[in-house]
Amino acid sequence: MVESVIERITRGHFWDFHGGIHPPEQKFLTSNKPIKQLALPKQLIIPLQQHIGREGDLLVSIGEHVLKGQALTLSTNPMVVPIHAPTSGTISAIKMSVIAHPSGLSQLCVFLDVDGEDTWRKRDVCTDLAQLSNHEIIKKIADAGIAGMGGAGFPTHIKVSSKPDIKFLIINGAECEPYITADDLLMMEQSNAIVDGIKIIDRLLTPAVILIGIEANKPKAIKALQQATAAIEKIKVCIVPTKYPTGGEKQLVQILTGQEVTSGRLPIHDGIVMQNIATCFAINEAVRHDTPLIRRVVTVTGQALNKPQNVWALLGTPINFLLEQCSVENIKNEKQTVIMGGPMMGFSVSSELVPIVKTSNCILVPSKKEMPSAFEKESKEVECIRCGQCSDVCPSQLLPQELQWSAKAKDYSQLEKLNLRDCIDCGACAYVCPSQIPLVHYYRIAKAEIREQQQLDLKAEKAKIRFEARKLRLEKEKVARQEKHQKAAAARKAAMNKATPEATGAKSAVAAALARVKAKKASKGQSQVNTSDSQNDLPTDTAVDQKSQVATAIARAKAKKKLKEEAVQKPSTSDGIVDNAIEEKSASTQQASTDDKKEKIAAAIAKAKAKKLSKSAEAPDLEKDSDDTSPKKTVSSDDKKAKIAAAIAKAKAKKLSKSAEVPGLEKDSEDSLPEQTVSSDDKKAKIAAAIAKAKNKALAKANEGKVEVNETSLLTSTNNATEIDSKPLQPEKMVQNNIAESENKPVAATDKKAKIAAAIAKAKAKKKLKEANTVEENDRDGV
Amino acid sequence: MNILLAILVLGSIAAVFGALLGFASVRFKVDADPIVDQLDALLPQTQCGQCGYPGCKPYAQAVADGEAINKCAPGGEDTIKKIADLMGVEVQPIDDSHVSGDAPKSNRPKVAFVIEEDCIGCTKCIQACPVDAIIGAAKQMHTIIIDECTGCDLCVAPCPVDCIEMRELPDTIHNWQWDLTSIPVKQLD
Repeated sequence: MVESVIERITRGHFWDFHGGIHPPEQKFLTSNKPIKQLALPKQLIIPLQQHIGREGDLLVSIGEHVLKGQALTLSTNPMVVPIHAPTSGTISAIKMSVIAHPSGLSQLCVFLDVDGEDTWRKRDVCTDLAQLSNHEIIKKIADAGIAGMGGAGFPTHIKVSSKPDIKFLIINGAECEPYITADDLLMMEQSNAIVDGIKIIDRLLTPAVILIGIEANKPKAIKALQQATAAIEKIKVCIVPTKYPTGGEKQLVQILTGQEVTSGRLPIHDGIVMQNIATCFAINEAVRHDTPLIRRVVTVTGQALNKPQNVWALLGTPINFLLEQCSVENIKNEKQTVIMGGPMMGFSVSSELVPIVKTSNCILVPSKKEMPSAFEKESKEVECIRCGQCSDVCPSQLLPQELQWSAKAKDYSQLEKLNLRDCIDCGACAYVCPSQIPLVHYYRIAKAEIREQQQLDLKAEKAKIRFEARKLRLEKEKVARQEKHQKAAAARKAAMNKATPEATGAKSAVAAALARVKAKKASKGQSQVNTSDSQNDLPTDTAVDQKSQVATAIARAKAKKKLKEEAVQKPSTSDGIVDNAIEEKSASTQQASTDDKKEKIAAAIAKAKAKKLSKSAEAPDLEKDSDDTSPKKTVSSDDKKAKIAAAIAKAKAKKLSKSAEVPGLEKDSEDSLPEQTVSSDDKKAKIAAAIAKAKNKALAKANEGKVEVNETSLLTSTNNATEIDSKPLQPEKMVQNNIAESENKPVAATDKKAKIAAAIAKAKAKKKLKEANTVEENDRDGV
Repeated sequence: MNILLAILVLGSIAAVFGALLGFASVRFKVDADPIVDQLDALLPQTQCGQCGYPGCKPYAQAVADGEAINKCAPGGEDTIKKIADLMGVEVQPIDDSHVSGDAPKSNRPKVAFVIEEDCIGCTKCIQACPVDAIIGAAKQMHTIIIDECTGCDLCVAPCPVDCIEMRELPDTIHNWQWDLTSIPVKQLD
């Protein structure tokens, strides 16, 4: 196929595309003048984004001095093309500024105050390309910031990256739009550089054949290129008939190869790559001379200019500077229209500060006579007369009048059916329209709206997915929560059932407990009597009092033990629906037991206070009576022993409660088993404390005068967790005034510590019991 | 006798077709109501709840069940027209009682914006956001992911310090739309 195409091309026969127009070329204005080198402008405005894709990351800051060719942005992505400083100078600002876009909207631009030195950064000129790998060449192209200079601005390094089976490399030198001669002049003046650039692309893509398409209206350019490529077999200069829009990518492909690039496909899909003449020149500059894309040829033309010509414009040059250089006739005329791009596809710019970018090839300043429509405020549009001329000239073989109606009616689905997306915005239809309908304009609006709609649809789809995902997540969390609750409830129930074998002796225990309850009730009444009596107690009565107190303490301890056993056993002896009732009962029993305890604590406090009073009365007597220190010593040593015993017991209790604490943590989430451990540990601790107390009291009997001190302190420590201070120790201190302080102090200290420890242990045990109660209640609610 | 025959013949025909229809209704049963999905696709998916339903899909379901079609404020007239076409009912003007806040001055889409210095990190807006477009944690400043925000307004009311406001998306060259006031370019002799 390639051979037949080449054969046909060598014979000078080409294909044709549908439609097309022949507008007045107007190229004579500039085509016979060499490209002018301009003086440096005072300030350059360099937009960060000058191509299709995204803007790069800024590398410079305000106030920084940059050299010519220095990169201003960094490419982090293949679709990001860097920009470079077109000359040396200082960055004066980085701010939003109007850019070359039909909307007249602003984008981030780097403002460069030119210092006039034009100092180059260090360049790495490559004399021998054979030393470079393809990868290095592509990297050079990417770093040079080259984007397609024909108009679209697609990143060139993507286009020249190796792809298999490239049949045709087409170099687009058609330049079909009226007025523009930038590529024409470039071909005339830089044909060798262009051919060098083509050779680089040839090396990267290895196409079967390279075709340079030039319209027949550029004889000098054709001659120059033919001379430059005479020695190269692979490159064919193809002179194609002049017609607008020959320079369109798909149109030129069709003219040169006869292949029609079908809707929705790109030429690359058919093994064809197209590059613009100016891009080839830029590639050569970048690879051989390490010169990034910082300038381009711009045709500044139009009959409103005295000196229309092609100029080498640095990227970022504001167009008012270019117009000054070409002496605009009516520079003061505010209504002067300035068009960026050609007359067919360009757009009027909203500000004279709009800078030249990589894709700007022409600045057109028409006179009123030349282009009256550009000066009209209101469109002369009249109704479509259905002449059908527009469809005759459409290079994409669309139906422009149908499209126009659908676009006006905003019938986007119909526009899709009519293949609006294949419209290349060439403007041929509007050019021939006798009703002066700005057809392309309607298409552009419709295209923008369709694009917007597509973006909205995408966004809606995304929102929907996120909404559904959120709903799913919330539901999952809810289910997980419920599951957790159910699991916890089940675990608690299982734990209760598991506890049953441990409490097999429940019945006998209950019987024993009943007996103890009675005993407790009796002793409780007694202790209350004691408490009331103790207020009037005399020191001589203390012995009797003590006996009853010992009995009370034992009874109390037993009662507590029994109550706890009840609390644990009752729920575990039964299960099923009966559970609820029994649990309730046990809960209330426990509540009762805690109430009971509180009462006892209150009683004990009262008792202790009474004792303290009596002690303080007694102590001075003792001091007076004693002639020798030895009895006191024995008394105090016995006292000490008792205290140590009590402290040990308390320490043990503390340890036990601590060990109970660890499983207690699990209880919250898992089961109620530790609850029982806690209570049993608690019980043990209390038993130990009670035993210690009993022992203490036995000792106290032997030393009647002193015992009350112990009694007071012990009762305080065991029953009243809150009232731990130095007060109960006061009488003791008075008694031991004569004893060596070194002996006394440590004992008192250990005693205090032990008391505090015991109190803490007790408080913890109580807390656990309470928690157990609440957990049980919750459990019941859950069931 | 003829009457009996006629009854018999017609009866048997009715039975045959009845059986056929019955079979078809089982064999070709459509599981979901496809109209709901079609309606859901027409709705703007802002999930704003201005229609009184907790999301676009529930409203689509409701419309399929005969709810009024003019309750979608973010969708506007266009959506109502599309729903009317799909449901084969008359186009109705939008129900103002379902438009929260003032009538929009422009058609530009809006997104929520957190005035970050005022944010106290209460996470209330995060809980209100139907599309999880707000990032933040308790006592940490929150912010909106603009690309995910549907502009539904639901986060504005719960904010205890009024630090969320709805802002129009700025015009950029990416979302700019051509307008007819531009000067058409034409070539004449």
